[in-house]
Amino acid sequence: MEIQKTALYNYHKSLGAKFVSFAGYEMPVQYSSGVIEEHKMTRNNAGLFDVSHMGQLLIEGSIDLAEELEKIIPIDLEKIKLNQSKYSFLTNENGGICDDLIVTKVENGFNIILNAACKNSDFKIFKNSLGNKFKLTLHKNLSLIALQGPNSSEILEKIIPKVSSLKFMNGNKFSFSEKSVYVTRSGYTGEDGFEISLPDNLAENFAKRLIEQGAKPIGLGARDTLRLEAGLCLYGHDISETTNPIEANLKWAISKRRREEGGFVGYSKIKSDINGRLNRLRMGIKPEGKIIAREGVKIFSKDNQEIGLITSGSFGPSVNGPVAMGYVKYDFSKPGTKILLEVRGKKCDAEVSELPFYKKSYVR
Amino acid sequence: MNDKKFSKQHEWISIEGEVATIGITKHAAEMLGDIVFVELPEKGKNVEKEGQAGVVESTKAASDIYTPITGEIVETNQSIVDDPAEINKNPEGTAWLFKIKIKNKSELDELMNRADYEKFVKENPS
Repeated sequence: MEIQKTALYNYHKSLGAKFVSFAGYEMPVQYSSGVIEEHKMTRNNAGLFDVSHMGQLLIEGSIDLAEELEKIIPIDLEKIKLNQSKYSFLTNENGGICDDLIVTKVENGFNIILNAACKNSDFKIFKNSLGNKFKLTLHKNLSLIALQGPNSSEILEKIIPKVSSLKFMNGNKFSFSEKSVYVTRSGYTGEDGFEISLPDNLAENFAKRLIEQGAKPIGLGARDTLRLEAGLCLYGHDISETTNPIEANLKWAISKRRREEGGFVGYSKIKSDINGRLNRLRMGIKPEGKIIAREGVKIFSKDNQEIGLITSGSFGPSVNGPVAMGYVKYDFSKPGTKILLEVRGKKCDAEVSELPFYKKSYVR
Repeated sequence: MNDKKFSKQHEWISIEGEVATIGITKHAAEMLGDIVFVELPEKGKNVEKEGQAGVVESTKAASDIYTPITGEIVETNQSIVDDPAEINKNPEGTAWLFKIKIKNKSELDELMNRADYEKFVKENPS
């Protein structure tokens, strides 16, 4: 498959981006200031992220659409309010996760943001489940720009007036350059922020305006350390077809009614996990000292039984130390449990930790 | 500065009598990005030319450090273990990694001078 580029590719280049191939796209991994500086810029000021590689799916339909969608998405789509966003996922027959996503209720249906690597397979899942009754559009000419960090609201307000009135996990239509754009107050960094969906031909001008107002461009490198500190899952690593939402510690994302009633793909397989004891649980893992435990590192109990696996780990610039997450046997999942990590053949001390490692308050 | 020699694995080596000081090049540090962890060999350990002699990790990945020559580790730089970011700031100066007692001086002849290394980097962008 030919490598794809977003509408901002040349702009990233002009800003000194180093690129990496990600999910079939040539994406900026960092700019000249480096991952740590970009991470801190986002935490302390405002960072601009090009997330146009992600899928933007619009499903149009009337009253029965919510009911049909509930068969594959385990949230309460009857209760979701207009312009409200919810984190959710698509499950498979075994209760595993095909993708994680953000659903927003819009006037004529639902907007769904999908991971880049999964968007085409997700489209098939939606199409197969919904049939021809509803109109599905996986947008090809829309960019998605995230602005994240404590100064996001002030910066974006100057370009899109009234946007600061949005509450976290809510969106609305606004205008930029006399064109309609859809903005949600959301993101994936643990910071207050916005995601702006707009036509490709406006993306560069829009990004330039944000940079002029003081936002800094941020690559995928810092996006990864930011979401890791915030305890957020990276699809294909922390969650996958072989992890179910309950053991992934995402039970909160399944609406109460859906936990009780089920009615979504794979429910029978995870019902016992919902109600009872789990085999394993995704938790934060905090290595002692400076050693970094990355994906694939085995986790042991103090008496050397193998009890789990790290699914992502790096250095957390705001924590100023190593952070990781992974699955541990349920009996060892209590925060504070002392464990060992096998890094390059040596066992290193670590502790099971609550997530997130880094917490800010959102505007609610 | 110009008396340093360089390996294809992007280490530099500077010789003082029987002892060689080894670090990673500025180019290598730039390619790695922000360095956040360093693991150095133990003092007294014997290492083989092009053998693994440590690890540097950036936020993104872990990379092995190789020794360009054979010998015994006689000193390691504890200050970069405490502050790995120093490698990004001064890779070819204060942020040296370890010192080796040279076993076989002829191995030095196989290494590049600065001009040749710079040419090598240009021809092998990674």
